[in-house]
Amino acid sequence: MNAVEEVYRTDSRRVLATLIRLLGDFDLAEEALHEAFTAAVERWPTEGVPANPRAWLVSAGRFRAIDAMRRRARFDASVAALAQRLEGSATPPPDAETPDVEDDQLRLIFTCCHPALHPDAQIALTLREVCGLTTEAIAQAFLVPVPTMAQRIVRAKAKIRDARIPYQVPERAELPERLAGVLHVIYLVFNAGYFERPDLSAEAIRLGRLLAELLPEPEADGLLALMLLTESRREARLVAGELVLLEDQDRSKWAKTMVADGLRLVEKALRSRRFGPYTIQAAIAAVHAEAGSAAETDWAQIVGLYDVLLRAEPTAVVELNRAVAIAMRDGPEEGLRLIDALLARGELGDYHLAHSARADLLRRLGRREEAATAYARALELASQEPERRFLQRRLSRQ
Amino acid sequence: MKYLCLIYDDEKKIEKMSKEEGEQFFGEYMAFTESIRKSGHHLGGEALQPVATATTLRMRNGKVTTTDGPFAETKEQLGGFYFIEARDLNDAIQVASRIPSIRTGSIEVRPVMDFSQQ
Repeated sequence: MNAVEEVYRTDSRRVLATLIRLLGDFDLAEEALHEAFTAAVERWPTEGVPANPRAWLVSAGRFRAIDAMRRRARFDASVAALAQRLEGSATPPPDAETPDVEDDQLRLIFTCCHPALHPDAQIALTLREVCGLTTEAIAQAFLVPVPTMAQRIVRAKAKIRDARIPYQVPERAELPERLAGVLHVIYLVFNAGYFERPDLSAEAIRLGRLLAELLPEPEADGLLALMLLTESRREARLVAGELVLLEDQDRSKWAKTMVADGLRLVEKALRSRRFGPYTIQAAIAAVHAEAGSAAETDWAQIVGLYDVLLRAEPTAVVELNRAVAIAMRDGPEEGLRLIDALLARGELGDYHLAHSARADLLRRLGRREEAATAYARALELASQEPERRFLQRRLSRQ
Repeated sequence: MKYLCLIYDDEKKIEKMSKEEGEQFFGEYMAFTESIRKSGHHLGGEALQPVATATTLRMRNGKVTTTDGPFAETKEQLGGFYFIEARDLNDAIQVASRIPSIRTGSIEVRPVMDFSQQ
C-alpha cells in the first residue's frame, strides 16, 4: 500500500471532521477532502510525504475549497461573501497533535446523532460521515434501495444546514441525554451486524472505542464492553453459518483478547458508580464470559443483575430475559410461568424471541406438542435466516 | 438565526382548566415571555383565539371560497407562537423547551428561510 492510501485509511475521517468545522458545510468538506487527496497523489510521490500528513491535508483541502469558491464567486455574489468569510476566519489549519482535532470527530458524531434528525438518518449519516462507508454499502446493510438511502442522507445534511444544527459537543446539562442517543445509534449499528455483517459490528466497536477514548463517561465504557463481550462469541455463535445457542457454544472459541478488554472495561465502568443499562448488560455478559460452561454459570448473580437492569430500564424485553435467567436458576416451570404472564399482559406477542424462549422451556419440560406450537409461532415472526434455520431444526425435532 | 416556535395544545384541555389552573398557566407564560425578553431571544409572540374562530380561504379557478374552521381537524391545535432569535438549533431547543405548553401539548420549532443566503 502506498503512503497516500495508508493515510487515507487511517486519517481521512479525521481530516473530514476538521474540514466540516472549518468550512461549515458537509458537502463542501467532502469535496475538499477529495481535492486534498487528489493533491496528495500528485505531490507526495515527488515532494515526499509531509511530516504531518493530516495537517497538510486539512490545509490543502481548506485552500482548495476557498479557491473553488472564489472561482464560482465570479458568477454569484452570495458565494463571494461566503468565500470572504472563510478566508477572513483566522482559524489556522490546526496542528494534528492538538486535542481540538480529536474534538472534531466527537463534534461530528454528536451532529450526526442529533435528535432533531430522523432516527434512520442518524444511523445512515454516522456510517457515511464518521465511518466513511459508501451509500451503497449502507443501503445494502439496511435492506433499503440505494436512491432511498441517498435521499435520506441528502435530507439529513440539508436539515443540518437549514435548521442550523450546530457542530459541537453538547453542553454539560444536555450531555447525558445526548450521549444516550449516540450510544443507541452505535448499538443499533452493532446489532445490524450481529448475524451476517461482521463488518458493521466491527465499525460499531471502532466507534465505541473512539467515543470511550474521547469522552470519559462510564456508559461509553459499558457499551464498548457489552459489544466486545458479545462479539467475542461470534466464532462460537455461528458455525458454518448455523446459529449455536450460548449453552452449546464451544467456549474455547471465544476471542480471548476481546473478553479480556471487555472484562477490564466493565469493571472500570462499575467502579464509577455512575453506570447505566449498557454497563449492567455488559456485567451480565461478563458473568457468562467468566463461566467455564452453562452449568457452571452463576445464574443467581445474573438474576440479580437483571433485577438491577429492570429498575434502570423497565421494559418487557428485560423482563423476558430475566424470566429466562430465573428458569436457569429455579427450573423451567418458574420461567415459563413468568413468560406466560408477560404474554397474557399482551406484551411481546409479536416478538419471536418470547415464543422461542417459551418453546425452549416447554421442550425442557417434555411438553412436546406445546413446544412445537411455540416454535412454529416464533418461526412465523423471525426474519433473520440463521435464526429461522435454527427454529426450523428445533421444530422438526419436536 | 430566526426560528418560529409553534405552540400546539389541546383546546379542550385548556377549556377544562379550573380558574386557579388557568391563572397559573397564564402566569407561567408571562414569566417565560419576560425571561426570553431579558435573554434577548424574544422577537415576537402571540396567543391565538381558538380554532372555532378560524376561517380558511382558497382560490380555485379564480374564485375565492371561504369556509369555517381550520384546514384540518387535529387533536392538538395551533394556539400561539413565539418568534425568536437563537444562535443555532440547540439554543432554539433550549428556549422552546421552556414554553409552558410543552407539558400539555407540543412545540414545533421551524427555522425561518433566509433569502440573503440563496
